Amino acid sequence: MDLPDDDRLTREGLDLATPAAAPERMLLIACGALAREILDLIARNGWSHMDLTCLPAILHNHPDRIAPAVEQAVQKHRATHARIFVVYADCGTGGGLRATCDRLGVKMVEGPHCYSFFEGNARFAANAEDEFTAFYLTDFLVRQFDAFVWEPLGLDRHPQLRDTYFGHYTKLVYQAQTDDPALTARAQDCAARLGLAFERRLTGYGDLETALAALKP
Amino acid sequence: MSDDQDDIILADLDDDELVQQMFDDLYDGLKEEIEESVNILLARGWQPYEILTEALVAGMTIVGKDFRDGILFVPEVLLAANAMKGGMAILKPLLVETGAPKQGKMVIGTVKGDIHDIGKNLVGMMMEGAGFEVIDLGINNAVDSYLDALEAEKPDILGMSALLTTTMPYMKVVIDTLVEKGMRDDYIVLVGGAPLNEEFGRAIGADAYCRDAAVAVETAKSFVARKHNQAAMRA
Repeated sequence: MDLPDDDRLTREGLDLATPAAAPERMLLIACGALAREILDLIARNGWSHMDLTCLPAILHNHPDRIAPAVEQAVQKHRATHARIFVVYADCGTGGGLRATCDRLGVKMVEGPHCYSFFEGNARFAANAEDEFTAFYLTDFLVRQFDAFVWEPLGLDRHPQLRDTYFGHYTKLVYQAQTDDPALTARAQDCAARLGLAFERRLTGYGDLETALAALKP
Repeated sequence: MSDDQDDIILADLDDDELVQQMFDDLYDGLKEEIEESVNILLARGWQPYEILTEALVAGMTIVGKDFRDGILFVPEVLLAANAMKGGMAILKPLLVETGAPKQGKMVIGTVKGDIHDIGKNLVGMMMEGAGFEVIDLGINNAVDSYLDALEAEKPDILGMSALLTTTMPYMKVVIDTLVEKGMRDDYIVLVGGAPLNEEFGRAIGADAYCRDAAVAVETAKSFVARKHNQAAMRA
């Protein structure tokens, strides 16, 4: 299968859910920023019982819209899928997404955000006190850096604001899901543009893989 | 706002026109123009407090309203704030000399583990513009940092800010410590930050959640007035 287009994942999301009723299948309702990673895990592990639908990844920049969008997606797909799993962490919703999922009776990924579950929630929490001046990027966010960081912050129009936003950050941590030298070079460039030191960590899929593996056929 | 900026000679405008132009220049984030206009009004005999309230604060109020209505966005507000800061830097020493009215005193800081200060800085600036003395503790403040500042500065208001859902619970740690030490009722506690809401403010025992800088100013004024009234009734 062709990899989904990043711009489309950012703005529109992705819907690969089977339209026909499939009560035995598991539907993953995910952030568009996780689409490639989830599809890779499904293919690698042969999780043929899973369907995927993704909400626009740009909701990452508007956490207040995440819980309502997830709720709408759950309602939309309930008729075809009795089993639904939400592939979001809290993602800045302040517990709002958890409350929505509890109310709807669906489970979600543990952790505060994808930076945490990619690194492993336990490890991320253990390092939190020493790392709160780090700015994180994942593979997807490196590829979509302009759409998620540079342009929404107005740095394309007002580069002089860079230090107002990032003056207290000390480093950019690139959490690499894949070992891709070209992507690492792009991440390095992102760090340079933000005036931050650069660090790369190969995290793989971390707790995302563990969470999905626990969803039995 | 205006596209014909290059053609305007600020010194040629009369007072009303100049104040209107300052509204436009604040909106457009033109710091040098704001500084020039402040100096022109001072030279014309305006009191620093008049310039602050009638030109700068009034202009930023327009910016704040358009931000709330989704017409302006964070980058534009930051540029406007930067322009206002330029004007404030000229006025601040003069305000002290001329004894501008004081509304009260606020200690403000971003909580432990959080380095985000854009919202806090906007609140601090607008509070200063509204006549509050503001002691800014900066970012990443542990309980002791707040307590030390409260003891040293004896403010009317404690303001706490957080941008992250992972750091906002620390506000409760600070408030609980104030309660434990019997200090909670000595201060008006205002909280703010993107992931917060009124419910959270109530749940942690703050006096109010303020969704933006303009609301923070109005809330602070109203609480301080109430506090003064209560003090007067007890006297």
